[in-house]
Amino acid sequence: MKIHEFQAKALFRRYGIPVPEGSAAQTAAEIKEMSRNLGGRVAVKAQIHAGGRGKGGGVKVVEGPDAAFGAAEAMLGRPLVTAQTGPLGQIVRQILVEAAHPFKHEYYVGLTIDRTLARPVFMVSPAGGMDIEEVAEKTPELIFKEAVDPRTGLLPFQCRNLAAKLGWGQALFRSGSSLFANLYRLFTELDASLLEINPLVLTEDDKLLALDAKINFDDNALFRHPELGELADPYEVDPLELEAGRYGLNYIRLDGNIGAMVNGAGLAMATMDLIKQAGAEPANFLDVGGGANAEMIANGFRIILSDERVKALLINIFGGILRCDVLAKGVIEAASKEKVSVPIIIRLEGTNVEEGRRLLDESGLTFAVAGDLKEAAEKVAALVRD
Amino acid sequence: MSILVDKDTKVIVQGITGSEGRFHAERMLEYGTQVVAGMTPGKGGQEVLGVPVFDTLAEAVEQTGANASVIFVPPAGAADAVMEASAAGLGVVVCITEGIPTLDMVKVKHFVNDHGTVLIGPNCPGIISPGQTKLGIMPGPIHKQGSVGVVSRSGTLTYEVVDQLTRAGLGQSTCVGIGGDPIIGQNFLDILRRFNADDRTEAVVMIGEIGGRAEEDAAEYVKAEFKKPVFGFIAGRTAPPGRRMGHAGAIISGKSGTAEDKLAAMREAGIHVVETLGELGETVRRTLK
Repeated sequence: MKIHEFQAKALFRRYGIPVPEGSAAQTAAEIKEMSRNLGGRVAVKAQIHAGGRGKGGGVKVVEGPDAAFGAAEAMLGRPLVTAQTGPLGQIVRQILVEAAHPFKHEYYVGLTIDRTLARPVFMVSPAGGMDIEEVAEKTPELIFKEAVDPRTGLLPFQCRNLAAKLGWGQALFRSGSSLFANLYRLFTELDASLLEINPLVLTEDDKLLALDAKINFDDNALFRHPELGELADPYEVDPLELEAGRYGLNYIRLDGNIGAMVNGAGLAMATMDLIKQAGAEPANFLDVGGGANAEMIANGFRIILSDERVKALLINIFGGILRCDVLAKGVIEAASKEKVSVPIIIRLEGTNVEEGRRLLDESGLTFAVAGDLKEAAEKVAALVRD
Repeated sequence: MSILVDKDTKVIVQGITGSEGRFHAERMLEYGTQVVAGMTPGKGGQEVLGVPVFDTLAEAVEQTGANASVIFVPPAGAADAVMEASAAGLGVVVCITEGIPTLDMVKVKHFVNDHGTVLIGPNCPGIISPGQTKLGIMPGPIHKQGSVGVVSRSGTLTYEVVDQLTRAGLGQSTCVGIGGDPIIGQNFLDILRRFNADDRTEAVVMIGEIGGRAEEDAAEYVKAEFKKPVFGFIAGRTAPPGRRMGHAGAIISGKSGTAEDKLAAMREAGIHVVETLGELGETVRRTLK
């Protein structure tokens, strides 16, 4: 789960990680008022989940309340397009305004889990403020890592190692070390999957300050942090994805026009690939899961077809725990409730396949049957040609 | 004939009194798996499907001599269940549970390594040595005894592949679903080492997906040491970056974890890359003939 920068900074404050003074609002008038209270130069920052906001024009440093009002008004209610949003951008609904501190150096600090080591790993760089992947590619010698053994937790000497790599002298050893320790505490206590400060700056008066804050949480651990669930922003999620989630379906909207309903994430990905190889583009990823019931299938069917771009639907089910007859009942139920105007290709295999095929045959539904995946791909390709 | 498990493996089902645990314990018994005990805290003394249930893993092992377990415990308690099985000295532990927090798995991974336990999963279909035993949730009848090893990060995609192999007349020595999470007990590399040492495995099919770099690591190993033909497939070539494709581990982050990188590494290692899933079974048959 992703959260906004202002929410991440509130959590930083709670964990003793220094951030600039500031707050978020939904109107330019409030931003103006807040700027007056802050005084001096302020940073006006659009709050959307995607990165690359600075380059996209979503961050402005201005002088005085009127300029802050103008900057906020130019962003609010409009789509912000960045390298990560896609061409349509994301509508800006909230703005963060904070005091702009003059600084003399920018650093990068990240904390995530290294899969191979099975350990949380700090990644730091004195080349902050830039795209860290670019730094990793072009100047890998400027990136330093410190892996944490979960049996001991982060050790003081590791904090000192990191501080030394960033060139922090003795004056910053203490505040730097506690910054790393606090980040690690936040990461483990709240089950984060990614923490990123880019940039962390050294101010003119020699203090460390997190100018940006990014936190992703582990979806699998949200059950033990119910308070974090409230930080989710429904506006950042596609409405169809939101609806699918309520029915326990894993649906992701894509850009094509061939809908797909599959059981199992791996097979669902492979089915998307198959559609693409047939010369078409998948409209979605939908994994109905291993233990789907007829109602979930019916909802999945309806959600896919409520996407107006969908010109055909491919159902690919390998029955294991999910039985083919259950799938068939769900499809028939959903198709009886609404008019289906696009061609459907069904490929069924596995548990109770005969019963599933019989139910579909007797339902009066019009659909094409594919005997195997190869045939399914050919039928999709034929649709594309027509 | 197989790796990790065979007809003599004695299995405990952790969470046998739950609906999933019971359902699959029954399927395993039907397949011929020696399910010797069940375990659910607070339900000791009962019998489920004629199998005695114990309160603790230590008791279950002491009373039955079990050497493996399959876990059907909800996510909040699954990490504890794995470590209990590991501490009780079981050699092979299969964790089916989906949705375990990653930081729990960080602890589990080091714990099982320290105890010398082979952990399969979590979030996996399990292991089957066709004709001998199955520790997991895969449909038994699609499998056939033979000499092709299968290792995969997915569930139903593995069934698809196995079904194609069986239809092409190619039986399997052992099929291992290693799981779709970012942190799993055994990776491709670990399983490939075992297939390499197994006389009865003559070829291996490896089913990867986007995210992480386990496939790349495995490809390096294949290039350096593997002695048998390997066939590779990667799911998720059309997946957009930054979106989690169902499995917690299947996500392209930035420039890493893409299907293209994995396919390139596989080709470089001399692995037969299968481009279209529908032709996998036939491709393996043609090549091995």
